[in-house]
Amino acid sequence: MAKDMPKTPMLDQLESGPWPSFVSGLKRLAEAEDKPYAPMMKDLLGQLERSYETRKGYWKGGTIGVLGYGAGVIPRFSEIAGEFPASAEFHTLRIMPPAGMHYTTDILRQICDVWEKHGSGLIALHGQSGDIMLQGCKSENVQPCFDELNALGFDLGGAGAGVRTSISCIGAARCEHSCFDEAKALRLLVNAFLDEMHRPSLPYKFKFKFSGCANDCANATQRSDFAVLGTWRDDMQVDQDEVKQYVADRGRKWLIDQVLTFCPTNALSLNDDDTLEVDNRSCVRCMHCINVMTKALKPGNERGVTVLIGGKRTLKIGDLMGTVAVPFLPLETEEDYEKLLGIAQRVVEFFVENALEHERTGEMIERIGLVNFLEGIGVELDPNMVNHPRTNSYVRTDGWDEEAAKWRARKAAPRQAAE
Amino acid sequence: MAEPRRPIESGVPDPFPFMHPVLKRNYGQWNWHDRPRPGVLRHVADSGDAIWTVKAGTQRQLDVFTVRTLCEIADAFAEGHVRFTTRSNIEFMVSSEQQVAPLVERLEAAGFPVGGTGNSVSMISHTQGWLHCDIPGTDASGVVKSLMDAMHHEFTHEEMPNRVKITTSCCQINCGGQGDIAINIQHTKPPVINHDLVAGVCERPAVVARCPVAAIRPAMVNGKPSLEVDEKKCVCCGACYPPCPPMQINDPVHSKLAIWVGGKHSSTRTKPTFHKLVAAGIPNNPPRWPEATEIVLKILGAYKDGGKPWERVGEWIERIGWPRFFEVTDLPFTKYHVDNWRGSRSSLNASAQLRF
Repeated sequence: MAKDMPKTPMLDQLESGPWPSFVSGLKRLAEAEDKPYAPMMKDLLGQLERSYETRKGYWKGGTIGVLGYGAGVIPRFSEIAGEFPASAEFHTLRIMPPAGMHYTTDILRQICDVWEKHGSGLIALHGQSGDIMLQGCKSENVQPCFDELNALGFDLGGAGAGVRTSISCIGAARCEHSCFDEAKALRLLVNAFLDEMHRPSLPYKFKFKFSGCANDCANATQRSDFAVLGTWRDDMQVDQDEVKQYVADRGRKWLIDQVLTFCPTNALSLNDDDTLEVDNRSCVRCMHCINVMTKALKPGNERGVTVLIGGKRTLKIGDLMGTVAVPFLPLETEEDYEKLLGIAQRVVEFFVENALEHERTGEMIERIGLVNFLEGIGVELDPNMVNHPRTNSYVRTDGWDEEAAKWRARKAAPRQAAE
Repeated sequence: MAEPRRPIESGVPDPFPFMHPVLKRNYGQWNWHDRPRPGVLRHVADSGDAIWTVKAGTQRQLDVFTVRTLCEIADAFAEGHVRFTTRSNIEFMVSSEQQVAPLVERLEAAGFPVGGTGNSVSMISHTQGWLHCDIPGTDASGVVKSLMDAMHHEFTHEEMPNRVKITTSCCQINCGGQGDIAINIQHTKPPVINHDLVAGVCERPAVVARCPVAAIRPAMVNGKPSLEVDEKKCVCCGACYPPCPPMQINDPVHSKLAIWVGGKHSSTRTKPTFHKLVAAGIPNNPPRWPEATEIVLKILGAYKDGGKPWERVGEWIERIGWPRFFEVTDLPFTKYHVDNWRGSRSSLNASAQLRF
């Protein structure tokens, strides 16, 4: 006989309103009597309703995994399994999506079929780190579920003190602002660290993220240890006929108020003939004018990336943004991509050797200082790495002449990439 | 017995087999884009190819039936390809303009709001909450559902000065990240310790090390090794709770919500910024969280009225100033808004520049 649906008067209130309701979805799974997961989802609804009543969570962790891996499954055991036995085990499998989160309906349906066979039928698309999160798997089903997904071409993502699943903006696939091949860089870097993902042994988590320009649609600056942001080094491209067209269509006031005034370095000026003058040496590649005038303005042709290190969320010393560690690295040839990988390898190695337990890269750099970190990874110092030089005179400067000579020697050499 | 199966460590899948053919064909060769209507993007490539993208909101926690419904829509109206954004919106790509209207109509008929583009309020990026997290102070999906119901018009219309990215977090680790507006748990009392369990469950030195203000120390309680908290030092952050569940931080009454504004990820115009505290002490009130929703709507309304085109929430406040922000939102400014640690001087106004 089918188990009764739990009474969920509080959750029921989340079924009304115009936004799609996750509660209706949970109920649909719970009411699918011909499916193996219906009892599990009934008890899951019962436990969730209890949380709404008591304002407390009832999940605890544990140790669950698949053969050969030490991460990728998030174990969840109910603390009130006596009352809700069918959802006593409700583990998550973190699965890495194709870079850029592109799917055919065919592959999505195959994932659904596997998940219906082995799990709850509940999928989060996607988690904050970018995983496909298959939520609600019994311990005994974790291995067979993974085996089938693995055979489909999917691999488990990261968890714990290891390299985590990554994310990129849509980038070159559909965006004219893209300054590098985001999907290629993501796959190159993350797939080079699968050992650190699947058998985590770092001081703490390590995240890569990739955005094709300064708009940073992947939130890399604030959400990753290793943020790769597209930029360019030559002049931005201006189509003056299109600029004139914008002025003709929208007016000079529009151009002044919505484009020129927002330029953070006053690098733009409107000429008397309605063409645009750009002070490219002052331009900071912020993307605002390019975002507004998509037909007239484009990034330059000498494209590459800026790497920021150390972004993270609050635990333990407060939220940190990544700061510039590599101002510009060209990213066009295979050799360029290998250089990016080399930098990533040195950063991860340095992190392993120097971070304290449970310390993120940003906290490590704050503790040891940016200069020591840069020396450790073999990157030259650059004024682009600071907002301004120090303001406090309490510093020993007895190595000044030597350092000044190094700088002059570097400046005399022909312009090179970051390495 | 059969040899156990070893994993194929295939890593991140190649996106090209799954990518819409027009995107594949014009990869890295896009020229410009515009937005014919809210929820729809048109991208044109150097080749002259164009692709229309229709963006729709989802509940993120999707059941397989809903995923299959989205697949049916994609097969019937959108050439069999979809992608997802970082904020759990789904995007359907079509290669001719004639396909846009029927697709929009079908999505709306199936209950998926079309929007989230340009200067709209996009889907809230959120965490797991009571549904699946082991340390949550509140739910995530329920808070988001309540807020998105209230902001449905702002998702489906482009009426804001610029895009608005909202986040929620169910503990103070802030997994939801920075947002133009963030709705986050803020605990107000120190953890309640079950001393009978600490020695058996917690690695005590690791817990002591986890505290950001060094308020935890080892202690013998009732003859058992345990931990104690200096409650005068404790900032009630909950950092000790994940490594030591017997230090319960979540409280049905004292775990409140706080609202933060002005976070920004992009380097566009202004450099990225962190969100700032504007309201706290808000009850954690399921199933609809009306008090938090009311404050979010008030802030959104003030921004919609006062922001200039392209100003993000933080940029708008930077222009009008904090005195005016607290005035137009009718929120109290208290001693809790003023940062008071060693590095806080950078947030004080060291100038004769004032607003009245």
